[in-house]
Amino acid sequence: MALKMVKGSIDRMFDKNLQDLVRGIRNHKEDEAKYISQCIDEIKQELKQDNIAVKANAVCKLTYLQMLGYDISWAAFNIIEVMSASKFTFKRIGYLAASQCFHEGTDVIMLTTNQIRKDLSSPNQYDTGVALTGLSCFVTPDLARDLANDIMTLMSHTKPYIRKKAVLIMYKVFLKYPESLRPAFPRLKEKLEDPDPGVQSAAVNVICELARRNPKNYLSLAPLFFKLMTSSTNNWVLIKIIKLFGALTPLEPRLGKKLIEPLTNLIHSTSAMSLLYECVNTVIAVLISLSSGMPNHSASIQLCVQKLRILIEDSDQNLKYLGLLAMSKILKTHPKSVQSHKDLILQCLDDKDESIRLRALDLLYGMVSKKNLMEIVKKLMIHVDKAEGTTYRDELLTKIIDICSQSNYQYITNFEWYISILVELTRLEGTRHGHLIAAQMLDVAIRVKAIRKFAVSQMAMLLDNAHLIASNTQRNGICEVLYAAAWICGEFSEHLEEANQTLEAMLRPKVTTLPGHIQAVYVQNMVKLYASILQQKEQAGEKEAAQEITQLMIERLPQFVQSADLEVQERASCILQLIKYIQKLQIKEVPVAEEVIALFAGELNPVAPKAQKKVPVPEGLDLDAWINEPPSDSESEDEKPKTIFHDEEQRHSRHRQPEIDEEELARRREARKQEQANNPFYIKSSPSPQKRYQDTPGVEHIPVVQIDLSVPLKVPGMPMSDQYVKLEEERRHKQKLEKDKKKKKQKKEKRGKHHRHNSLQTESEEDIAPAHRVDIITEEMPENALPSDEDDKDPNDPYKALDIDLDKPLADSEKLPVQRHRNVEALKSPDSEAPLVEKKSKKPKKKEKKHKDKEREKDKGKKKEKEKKGEDLDFWLSTAPPPASSTQPQGEPETSAAVVAEPQEVKKEEREEQEEEEDDEGKKSSKHKKKKHKKEKEEKSKDKKKSKKKSHQNKEETAESVQNGTLEDEPLPPMSSYRLLAENPYIKMTYDIQGNLQHDSQVTVSVIFENKSSSFLKSMELNVLDSLNTKMLRPEGSSVHDGIPVPFQLPPGISNEAQFVFTLQSIVMAQKLKGTLSFIVKNDEGSTHDKLDFKLHFSCASYLITTPCYSDAFAKLLESGDLHMSSIKVDGISISFQHLLAKICFHHHFSVVERVDSCASMYSRSIQGHHVCLLVKKGENSISIDGKCNDSTLLSNLLDEMKETLSKC
Amino acid sequence: MIKAILIFNNHGKPRLSKFYQRYSEDTQQQIIRETFHLVSKRDENVCNFLEGGLLIGGSDNKLIYRHYATLYFVFCVDSSESELGILDLIQVFVETLDKCFENVCELDLIFHVDKVHNILAEMVMGGMVLETNMNEIVTQIDAQNKLEKSEGWVLFGVFCLSSLYTQAGLAGAPARAVSAVKNMNLPEIPRNINIGDISIKVPNLPSFK
Repeated sequence: MALKMVKGSIDRMFDKNLQDLVRGIRNHKEDEAKYISQCIDEIKQELKQDNIAVKANAVCKLTYLQMLGYDISWAAFNIIEVMSASKFTFKRIGYLAASQCFHEGTDVIMLTTNQIRKDLSSPNQYDTGVALTGLSCFVTPDLARDLANDIMTLMSHTKPYIRKKAVLIMYKVFLKYPESLRPAFPRLKEKLEDPDPGVQSAAVNVICELARRNPKNYLSLAPLFFKLMTSSTNNWVLIKIIKLFGALTPLEPRLGKKLIEPLTNLIHSTSAMSLLYECVNTVIAVLISLSSGMPNHSASIQLCVQKLRILIEDSDQNLKYLGLLAMSKILKTHPKSVQSHKDLILQCLDDKDESIRLRALDLLYGMVSKKNLMEIVKKLMIHVDKAEGTTYRDELLTKIIDICSQSNYQYITNFEWYISILVELTRLEGTRHGHLIAAQMLDVAIRVKAIRKFAVSQMAMLLDNAHLIASNTQRNGICEVLYAAAWICGEFSEHLEEANQTLEAMLRPKVTTLPGHIQAVYVQNMVKLYASILQQKEQAGEKEAAQEITQLMIERLPQFVQSADLEVQERASCILQLIKYIQKLQIKEVPVAEEVIALFAGELNPVAPKAQKKVPVPEGLDLDAWINEPPSDSESEDEKPKTIFHDEEQRHSRHRQPEIDEEELARRREARKQEQANNPFYIKSSPSPQKRYQDTPGVEHIPVVQIDLSVPLKVPGMPMSDQYVKLEEERRHKQKLEKDKKKKKQKKEKRGKHHRHNSLQTESEEDIAPAHRVDIITEEMPENALPSDEDDKDPNDPYKALDIDLDKPLADSEKLPVQRHRNVEALKSPDSEAPLVEKKSKKPKKKEKKHKDKEREKDKGKKKEKEKKGEDLDFWLSTAPPPASSTQPQGEPETSAAVVAEPQEVKKEEREEQEEEEDDEGKKSSKHKKKKHKKEKEEKSKDKKKSKKKSHQNKEETAESVQNGTLEDEPLPPMSSYRLLAENPYIKMTYDIQGNLQHDSQVTVSVIFENKSSSFLKSMELNVLDSLNTKMLRPEGSSVHDGIPVPFQLPPGISNEAQFVFTLQSIVMAQKLKGTLSFIVKNDEGSTHDKLDFKLHFSCASYLITTPCYSDAFAKLLESGDLHMSSIKVDGISISFQHLLAKICFHHHFSVVERVDSCASMYSRSIQGHHVCLLVKKGENSISIDGKCNDSTLLSNLLDEMKETLSKC
Repeated sequence: MIKAILIFNNHGKPRLSKFYQRYSEDTQQQIIRETFHLVSKRDENVCNFLEGGLLIGGSDNKLIYRHYATLYFVFCVDSSESELGILDLIQVFVETLDKCFENVCELDLIFHVDKVHNILAEMVMGGMVLETNMNEIVTQIDAQNKLEKSEGWVLFGVFCLSSLYTQAGLAGAPARAVSAVKNMNLPEIPRNINIGDISIKVPNLPSFK
């Protein structure tokens, strides 16, 4: 009966699943929107149900609707509910929906943190996988920060399925939370050599993405990647690595040299086109990075070009496209090798595929020379005429302009030709690039003085020609050209032959249909024209004509005064008034021309686009300083818009960028010069004579050579660039003949036979003299301003934050945030009185501990290591034998390979070991290390691996003793403050107790849980039986019998640390608490409950805190006389005094105040403020300790504990 | 990085959209429309690369697509991806779909877009290629389906019923339509990459240290 009811309700609930929804939408083609809104209403109802299956079904439908463009962010909370379902089926639906619609702005996303953490540590690998996949799509900076550590743990998961996902997602985490990069990088690097190819590929993937943005930080990985490249058989990995090398070689040319040979071999051997193509690409990158023109590399270039030609000639359009793409890269450095394939590329211009045509166009850009520019542009002009579709035509147009203007008009020998090309391009209707043409006209007319006369005549013609205005001005971008035409005619009106006619053209009523900004320019330049006409007429004494022109202006200007455009209106009314005034003067027969022309006296010089930015800030002016008092905090906090926070965050991350070293600076300077050289807007002194400009100020000094106009200026009908081509050919021919004549004369006597051969050779670039010498005026910049400082970098670039030096040792502050027991917050708070204590009480996880140690030792050991790393790379790059394989006899490749490979192995081992040892024993060990033989090392490293689990404990010991300054030349035996708590076949617990000065009645117990079994341990819960004096701090509201859950689960072989806080009243006596750890063991057979009893021993020493004390303060304390005294004596001490002190320091938390020979004073302080002073004296075979303390019970207990420790020695 | 993966049919109807960068729903639709516009007017025998999807980030990006019968598979990628590699990835994707749906056709994608998402999730994660080995992908998908099934049939009575309902529904309307839609008929496109299977011997590499 009940079942029936359930079934009935389910039927009702499931009246629509995803399939039904899709079908319904397909059946409602006419009123789809209405139908969907109905469905959304139903979905809203379903989401209100308690049944998770119904909710999941609803969310699943929403995901589909999202694809159709419906915003489903309103259901974000329901999506989170479904994500947290226990069933994988629903969880997957939830995560999919989240990955499709969550983003940084989703406000409920912060609610997911714990759920995701739980899923990440789920025993079911697919729960974890689905969480990782989802997270990769919506990770936010907060999520990244909170989960970075959990994900990092997953990178060492037993299942490769999880490992590869965890590795991949780290890239997203790095992007959102750049601080995690350095702590996580060592493990990421480790994964490059993971046994599973998928994980390896993922790691390569991530590092390639990272290195692509900031290659220099990853140079040190080159040897590792080289090894992978030569050993990997996975084409995906190979492609990634080869691409990565392409990014690295520009930074290290030596790397390139090393790569050439293996890459060339790959090119010859591989059958996979994709690999071949990437190899060619990287070889090209290498060749670019090497100084060009090195003779021994010409073979490689030839090989590349030849392979690319094969690709381009292939019938597969994809290969053709890629071939052209790669060809354009070669072009930059080796234009000659590409230019010989000009035919092929011109042929591609006719391809039916637009992508291919565009690529071919790109190539043409680099292939032009003085010689072929006109010819190529002519071809392109034909294509412009033929081109259907505006996009391609626009592309052609910009390419023509790019080609001609590149390198500061380097290839243009005849500017008249160029102007006429520009004029021809104005016939293009519907182009978006009218402003481009206009800019070119202006640039050329302003900067090439010699061409002004010609330019003005052409522009006058454009103004006169109605075709530009005639067409629909609203959509037609080409009318922008008139902007340039009007300005040029006005500004250089002295070159105008029939100024009257032009003025009239500009005053035509049709002009008022032009866009406002163009009309404004018209108005302004009419006056210029008017002024020059006025002057002309006055000088000629034609007063009537002068008055006539004034009258014309007064008649026509009102049409502009009526303009709707403010700018036009304002200008026109001003000018109208001015001209009316002039008219009055003219009637009085006062000569006015001089004064009117004075309005426009002086020459305008071009100003560089960045000049404004480069004006130096005057000394003493601080633009960031407040002029008034800043507004109060409370105000700004409330009203700050969100974006401000964003900005601030970015600013913070920016200053993390490591400083640039001198070499880098030099390199950038070089790159900048290079860039300037190629930039038409930075005209610097250049070797070619025609472009040299004068540094002296003032335009008068620029030598201007008059153009010998052999061309009729006004050609009826527009197209005339062809004529220039013909003329140019003739001119060149003439030039050549002359040259030949000279040559003949010179050579006649010597080598009569060779001259004919010479003359047949194609002219080299330098032989073609420009038609007329052209001086190009440089653009002005403020004094002392460098043309391009680094202001072109986008400060918002998300990848900039990842520009982090990865070789630097980790600092204390760089740990990943770890989820801890709740009172840790308090422990972390800064304590100025006892910084050392603070450091200690933080009790971080093993890894962090390691970082801390490193930090402490950084003075010597670390530097050495870093230098070593750098040397390693240098060594790898420089001393490697030149590739000998080609010359090696076939017979003994194996042995030789082995011989070469061996030292490499050793070296690697050495490095590993070095790192390990430095961790373990600090700087001292480095002395020994060098003497050791290889075999010893091997054994040692094996031992190390075995004892790795314990090694973190050893590390702590060293750190402690170093800190206490007792460290001398003798090595110390390993010590650990972690004591065994309890152990069974599943789990082992070790613990350490730390006090905290801030809380006089609290101690923190850190317990390391180590999973010894091959099963999964979860639901761990720790509970103790409180005593009257000592109690475990439980969350509010829980009873004394409740245990505290351990905030993690343990996969096999993994250990992790949790912290628990205890409160206590009296600390003068040691305490023992009984406790139990309960947990669930999960393995293939199922899961079982288990528990482990333990006794937690709070020794008196655990209440002490290592506190440094100066000897004078120490003496005062002893003199004060409020201290109780007690002493002990222990016999049979065999260890050295120094070791003994170290032991007391380490295990009992003392610090050495003073040491004289075999006598030392020590000090410590309890969390409740008891001072404890010790005087330790060493006899022959014994040790005597005198102690003084505020509390006699505490002292005697402490001394008893010490006795116990020492008697073990 | 892969920026987006889109599947739409010959009429521009989206069948799957996966964006690895955040765009609003409206922008997403606009991108799909624009991409369809660019891709659909291209002939069959031109190259599979397209530059200048205006909406998805700048000049570094490329559209790489393949056209199978009624469907376009479009990947928008940046310069860190190998063009030919992505073409192969699309092929692997389609072959995987073919295996998982047993002779896949557009209707499978229409009615089971969630499953397509799940398959894709095993290949590409967060815009990076996760797995290219088809067998591995299929294994993982099968395992997950098995897990799902075990939850649905054994552990969870409620869902069991819903599954039944689903199956009944599927057997209805779409079954008639299937015959109307032709299979994608995976063409035998020469593979550029032999993923994972072929081992490339790099001959005469200078040993290094």
